[in-house]
Amino acid sequence: MKFSEEFEKRFADMLTHYPTKRSCLVPTLLYAQDEAGYLSDEVIAELAGRLELTELDVRNVISYYSMLTTKPRGQYNVQVCTNIACMLRGGEELLEHCKKKLGIGHKGTTPDGQFSLEEVECIGACSWAPAVQVNYDFHENLTVEKMDKVLAGYQEKK
Amino acid sequence: MADVNITVDGKAVKTPAGTLLIEACKSVGIEVPSFCYYPNLSLQGACRMCLVKVEKMPKLQTACTTVVAEGMIVTTDSDEIRQARKGMVELLLGNHPLDCPVCDAGGECELQDMTFSYGAAESKYIEPKNHREEQQWSPVVFFDRPRCILCYRCVRVCNEGMDVAALGVQNRGVSSIIAPNNEDHLECEECGMCIDICPVGALTSGSYRYKTRPWEMNHVGTVCTHCGDGCKTTLGVRRADTGMEIVRGDNRDKSGINNDFLCIKGRYAFDFANHQDRLTQPLIRKNGQLTPATWEEAFELIGKKFSAIREKDGGQAIGVIGSNHTTNEENYLLQKFARVVLGSNNIDHHRTADFPAFAAALRGRANATASMRDVYNAPAVLLIGNDPTEKHPLLAWQIRSNVRLHRSRLYVVNSQPIKLRRQAAGFQLIPAGAEGAFAAFLAGEDAALASLGGSKDGWTALRDKLKTEENLVIVFGSELREGDITALVKFGSAVPGAKFLALADYANSRGAADMGLYPDLLPGYLPVAEAGKFHQEWGGIPSAPGLSLPEMAESAKAGKLKALYVVGANPIARFGIDPFVFSKSFVVVQDMFLTETAVIADVVLPAANAYEKSGSVTNTSGDLQLVKKAGEVTGTKGDFEMIVRIADAMGFDVRQLVPFGRGTRADMGQTRGAQSGEADRHAVWLEANGLELKMSPFDPMAILDEIQRLVPGYNISRLALLSGNDQQTNFAASGPAVAQKPELIVPAADGLFRSGTLGRYSHTLHSVMENKDRQPSEEVAAD
Repeated sequence: MKFSEEFEKRFADMLTHYPTKRSCLVPTLLYAQDEAGYLSDEVIAELAGRLELTELDVRNVISYYSMLTTKPRGQYNVQVCTNIACMLRGGEELLEHCKKKLGIGHKGTTPDGQFSLEEVECIGACSWAPAVQVNYDFHENLTVEKMDKVLAGYQEKK
Repeated sequence: MADVNITVDGKAVKTPAGTLLIEACKSVGIEVPSFCYYPNLSLQGACRMCLVKVEKMPKLQTACTTVVAEGMIVTTDSDEIRQARKGMVELLLGNHPLDCPVCDAGGECELQDMTFSYGAAESKYIEPKNHREEQQWSPVVFFDRPRCILCYRCVRVCNEGMDVAALGVQNRGVSSIIAPNNEDHLECEECGMCIDICPVGALTSGSYRYKTRPWEMNHVGTVCTHCGDGCKTTLGVRRADTGMEIVRGDNRDKSGINNDFLCIKGRYAFDFANHQDRLTQPLIRKNGQLTPATWEEAFELIGKKFSAIREKDGGQAIGVIGSNHTTNEENYLLQKFARVVLGSNNIDHHRTADFPAFAAALRGRANATASMRDVYNAPAVLLIGNDPTEKHPLLAWQIRSNVRLHRSRLYVVNSQPIKLRRQAAGFQLIPAGAEGAFAAFLAGEDAALASLGGSKDGWTALRDKLKTEENLVIVFGSELREGDITALVKFGSAVPGAKFLALADYANSRGAADMGLYPDLLPGYLPVAEAGKFHQEWGGIPSAPGLSLPEMAESAKAGKLKALYVVGANPIARFGIDPFVFSKSFVVVQDMFLTETAVIADVVLPAANAYEKSGSVTNTSGDLQLVKKAGEVTGTKGDFEMIVRIADAMGFDVRQLVPFGRGTRADMGQTRGAQSGEADRHAVWLEANGLELKMSPFDPMAILDEIQRLVPGYNISRLALLSGNDQQTNFAASGPAVAQKPELIVPAADGLFRSGTLGRYSHTLHSVMENKDRQPSEEVAAD
């Protein structure tokens, strides 16, 4: 299992931040997922070995956090918030629109592997509801039309 | 720590600082309900059942995570608290299937009890319940997800108690689920602790599930008969066509040295007793075939043959082989029978540790042997050789618990990277066979370093460190023999309060050695050549040492050994003896099964096992415990009775063998009516003082009287023993033993799932082993 140099640097640095190795697990998983796209069996085994945990321990943590996944996702993960503020401002309509537009449901991935869709709980952007998070980018005060533009922008990026 | 004063429900309670509130309440008899709290495991605070009101704290507090503080005023029962607990039960029942009528835990389920106590029979929920099909995680572990209340006890006991970490929790909130380490199955030590500790019926045992209900069984507390650790086990028995069938083994009452611990063998492998191959009638060889016969026929034949051989060729023409699984009383009786009735010192057993050398080394030292309890409490433990995780699961548990709960320092010296190294403060790998050199080095012989490998400084540092320890418990395997043990004891004498523990492999290996199943040693390791109390008590017993087990085979080959009497042993298989050497001898075998030795016998007597008789056994650390009759297979007899009957059939006065029938009557007071308690008081006093009437020659307690009177180190408190406690025997007045042949010590080479003697007849152990073999260790590519 090979990670990038940047990951290795971050990992080595992280080990010095905590009193025990296992404390590094959550950030490490996030970095590994950013790099590999998802947390494969291979990644799990590698990280368990590095942090002196059982693979079961690592899986337990992954299954707890909805932002961590053991299955491949699309290049752009569209996360539509339908929590209270966004819901009142049209978040559910936005989700329905995305479903139709992308032709996939909650936790689905388009056949070309470009988009995944997810209905998520509060992403902390209530002041600018309705909000959508695509990978680490936020898009706020959305309407159906604005959403189309956002998606088109990513489609062009490829 | 200083004491803290608190008030619980108006009662003043004084308790050490640092005590958890739930334990403080328990200490004055106030029960605070809980699911997730379990003594000696880490705190979880998951179930919210132990909520109590603490004055000046704004909300209800969890008693299991609150530490007592000076002046705390606590209420454990009020309308508010009952309402809170009722709410918790209602939430737990939200997804619970309420299938109590078919659930194994029904009748002994903590959730059931709580529901009765707090009542949440009516639910506000109308949503469909989460359901998942039951899963089989291993041959012995089944998981019913819907019944689980997520207390995480199983996860903690597997991680912290067993250091196996085969269970975890996946997902979050209401969809949390207990998960095994290998996707859909467990890869673990199959101890079953998770099943026992489960407060509901979520984890159930493959051998017990759907078989019976708790109230349909009798529960008998006895001692496990597998390895030499002597765990207390409660056997659940119920009536069956063949007698009393054992259906369950556990130790939920936490009695005995093992608290609630049992390994796979103790928990499931009692099923050898129910094996269909059990012998249930005597067999006599007629026309070359073993043919069913009556008991009278068999005893008459044996009595006649043994008498004739004794008269014609003398006692030295008869050999006796005893067992590692029979009780102390049976072993003592057997060697007494050999020496007194047969007039022969030809008695031996399958030795698995050098107890004579150990006894000789500790002679004259009081408090020098460590009990299983000492291993749990000692501030430091040194382990040389052996792999307790595989061969002495309780010892491993005691060591792990001691390190975890008392921060004991463990030093391991082994030729393999054994699992206990993970708990060790110091682990030293040595070449195989160098254990003795290590003992010599400890005793100050620096030249032994050559065979240890590693740096001299490292070894010297270890030795110096060990010397600074106090009350060190030194545990060693059968790799150490003779002079090694003397050297080790010499080293230990420099450590203040050091105690020793020698590891032997079978349930009563220590008892067999202590009771004198040696050709040259009497009970208590007294040399047979020296005239002593046994010679006086028993009259003329031969003083020349007899034949050891291999020598008996030689003697039979030479045509000199005319008869062989084997009680609960299988020397043909164990020592690889050519069965034809005994073709001219008259061979009598007492056993449960037609073993390799039994098939060559002239008479085979069907024997009861340790779960089917009373008496006492001594575990490898010298803890004496009573065994009680739990199961029964019709058509078998205990070894004790058979030995007495053979002596009787030989025309011997059995009163000389078993001191029974002292006195003829006793006024026990009234047994009925207003004064009936008198009878009980008399009986308890008599029993406690070993004076109750022994009405029958088959009463092992009569022999226990004699053992306590004559065998050094066995004069323990009878009352404590009868109360079900373990009592430490010792070597202070033993010996002096004579030099033994260390090559006669043959370790059992058993593992956690394998025991050649009883395990081969256990379906459960077989299914677990087959399952382990079947799973490929690594995935292989399809091409």
